[in-house]
Amino acid sequence: MAQSPLTLEMRGIHKRFGATIALDGVDVRVQSGEVLALVGENGAGKSTLMKVLSGVVQPDAGNMLLNGKPFTPRHPHDARMAGVGMVYQELSLAQHLSVEENILLGMEPARMGFLNRPEMRRLAADAIAQLGRSDIRLDLRVGSLSIAECQLVEIARAVAVGCRVLVLDEPTSSLTVADSERFFELTHRLKKQGNAVIYISHVLEEVKQISDRFIVLRDGKSVGEGKTPSASTKQIISMMVGREVDDLYPRSKRKAGDVLLEVNNVAGDVKPVSASFELRRGEVLGIAGLIGAGRSELLRSIFGLDPVRRGEIRIGVYAGAASPVLRWTQGMGMVSEDRKNEGLAVSLSVSDNITLSRLDGFGPFGTVLPSRQDLATSTWVQRLNIKIQHLRQAVSSLSGGNQQKIALARLLHHDVDVFLLDEPTRGIDVGSKVEIYKLIDELATRGKAILMVSSYLPELLGICDRIAVMRRGELHSARPVADLDQHSVMLEATGSE
Amino acid sequence: MKNALKKLGPLTGLVFVFALFSILRPEAFPTADNIQLMLLQTAVVGTAALGMTIVIISGGIDLSVGSVIALSTVVIALLMNAGASPLVAALGGVVIGAVCGSVIGALITQLRLAPFIVTLAMWGALRGAAKGLADEQIVLAPDSWLNRLLNVLTESQQWSLLPPGVWLMIVLALVVGGVLRYTKFGRHVFAVGSNEQTARLCGISVEKTKMGVYVLGSGFAALAGVLQFSYLTIGDPTTASGMELDVIAAVVIGGASLAGGEGKVFGSIVGALIMTVVANGSTKMELPNWVQEIVTGCIIILAVVLDRYRHRRTE
Repeated sequence: MAQSPLTLEMRGIHKRFGATIALDGVDVRVQSGEVLALVGENGAGKSTLMKVLSGVVQPDAGNMLLNGKPFTPRHPHDARMAGVGMVYQELSLAQHLSVEENILLGMEPARMGFLNRPEMRRLAADAIAQLGRSDIRLDLRVGSLSIAECQLVEIARAVAVGCRVLVLDEPTSSLTVADSERFFELTHRLKKQGNAVIYISHVLEEVKQISDRFIVLRDGKSVGEGKTPSASTKQIISMMVGREVDDLYPRSKRKAGDVLLEVNNVAGDVKPVSASFELRRGEVLGIAGLIGAGRSELLRSIFGLDPVRRGEIRIGVYAGAASPVLRWTQGMGMVSEDRKNEGLAVSLSVSDNITLSRLDGFGPFGTVLPSRQDLATSTWVQRLNIKIQHLRQAVSSLSGGNQQKIALARLLHHDVDVFLLDEPTRGIDVGSKVEIYKLIDELATRGKAILMVSSYLPELLGICDRIAVMRRGELHSARPVADLDQHSVMLEATGSE
Repeated sequence: MKNALKKLGPLTGLVFVFALFSILRPEAFPTADNIQLMLLQTAVVGTAALGMTIVIISGGIDLSVGSVIALSTVVIALLMNAGASPLVAALGGVVIGAVCGSVIGALITQLRLAPFIVTLAMWGALRGAAKGLADEQIVLAPDSWLNRLLNVLTESQQWSLLPPGVWLMIVLALVVGGVLRYTKFGRHVFAVGSNEQTARLCGISVEKTKMGVYVLGSGFAALAGVLQFSYLTIGDPTTASGMELDVIAAVVIGGASLAGGEGKVFGSIVGALIMTVVANGSTKMELPNWVQEIVTGCIIILAVVLDRYRHRRTE
């Protein structure tokens, strides 16, 4: 499909919200047949820039040109009609409608209000075929599709109206490894068909794999750009955080001590099927595996959130029934993988969230004096470098990285010995990631025991002492990281020989 | 502008409606006697609103409040007829309320039913129980000091400034406000209402917290029943019908969120006062009842819209 060439230019875009300058003169240029990666920490201005591009907000200064003609969308609908389509991280499909109805939502072919069903089918089928996925049935309800398929429908929606500039916002953040690979193929296909793709991602390995060029945003400015193949990951990270990053994955010399947690042949309701390991003082044990392998369920069973059907979990001499209440008193704490729905009470304040598990000692006769709560909290806020306006601010207004630090600070405030961390760095900016790695290293050095689940192999290989792989609910035995590499762990996780 | 909006809370609303009626009816509305009367009229709803505030902060709802109030008046009258002292009879009414609350709490936490459903069922069942106990008629009771909690003060009682029932509401409001703000239980109620899963993850016993919440909710409703009894001087199984909605309205006008995690005792009392002021002022204006009802409806919408607007501004 040969299409005419196309260029999109954003020039000197400025945008301020009240006192904060969100964009301070950003220039972006992308043309058909290329994938441009837009990288930057949270709050760097990526999402505001994309809102400007899609017409959700209007820039204070600067202009945009689409094929040399002024492009001034006042509304997302304008942008779509002009050929700029957005695919957001949080998908916006109507769950109860069919694939084809979703693809043509808001632009259904109709005559006098009556739908032209055959025409609908043809348009939808065309769009899906362009994405090379004619295997997806058009009459299925979107609610019954997988996340990867929903994403495809979302892209088909943009393609169906003839969008040729496609913005993909963190597209792989909730995909499995296999689906991500397929997604990269799709991105490649879109590019070959003569579309211009703007790819927003936190995962620099991905950026390296699929983009042709990259632009780094920091504090609302474009601070660097270049051709992706000729830049190293370390260089890009340094541009993002604005300083040299010497050691992304710190690992001090540390020695494993006594066993703090012993898990013997544990099975849950469906997952895990069987899991056994020992966790010692002063060590970081990683659990790798595919999404859905049962890693989170294992952590939840240990913490008493999910039932244990078989096997034994021993903490010191205790091996009885578990509940979160009990686990906290035994010196164990957990960071949930689902920050918004479980990890934090987002409408409550920073202070409340950090101190919720242990409100003792904040006043006489079992009272809780807010001033003392704040005092205790402020030390953690400083130590973890959490960026907030004040301690009584609702955590919903903070960035992902700062929220995650608050979830971790709760465990520090409680002063637990065993840390169960489920995807502690998912969806947060690189700067915060580096700080969390440092913290984990420091905790292990001080004799704490850390059990960490992550889908991001480089970090597991970087900071853990040992890694155990989980596959279909079975936890394989843990091995020292020195004996492992990304390839061998992947093979073990997928079960290929 | 921003700061002004931030402070444009329920209290501003109360000052506004008070000032409005004072201007419209300067001779009849803002008098000491009428103010005292309005406080008296607020005491029952205000006391029940204390419990409802806790329930709503925890993310729940209690539709059985009116029925608990009626049951409480009947139980008090029956106990007094059986020879109990006024104090014992009043305590008996409150204990019955707390028992109802523990049944509600048990149904919600053990059978995992929605609070709306459980308290809707109790709304009917407890009204029925009150009628059954009272043999479907009013229960007369001997005269006692219990009948004078909500009387307009006589000359010799002026030293106390306000009738005892109003003092009771004020003191309890301070206690509940303190409990919510300065105790572990209070912080747990907020946590459960804000995000139950987080509360569980943090080792808070969600079940125990909810039990406490509903026992207090119905307990305060029964206390409101004591005041209602004082006002009626009889046990009446049909009294306070629909009052649960006034109580919920007071809490919502006061700035609580029905989604949970938010709410203030002070706001709820102010919310109850706003409704009384509107009712009383409309009467003084000789406006018909239906006008008051429409105005109250508008105030509820306005309060929630303003509250949401304020939140967007602060975040």
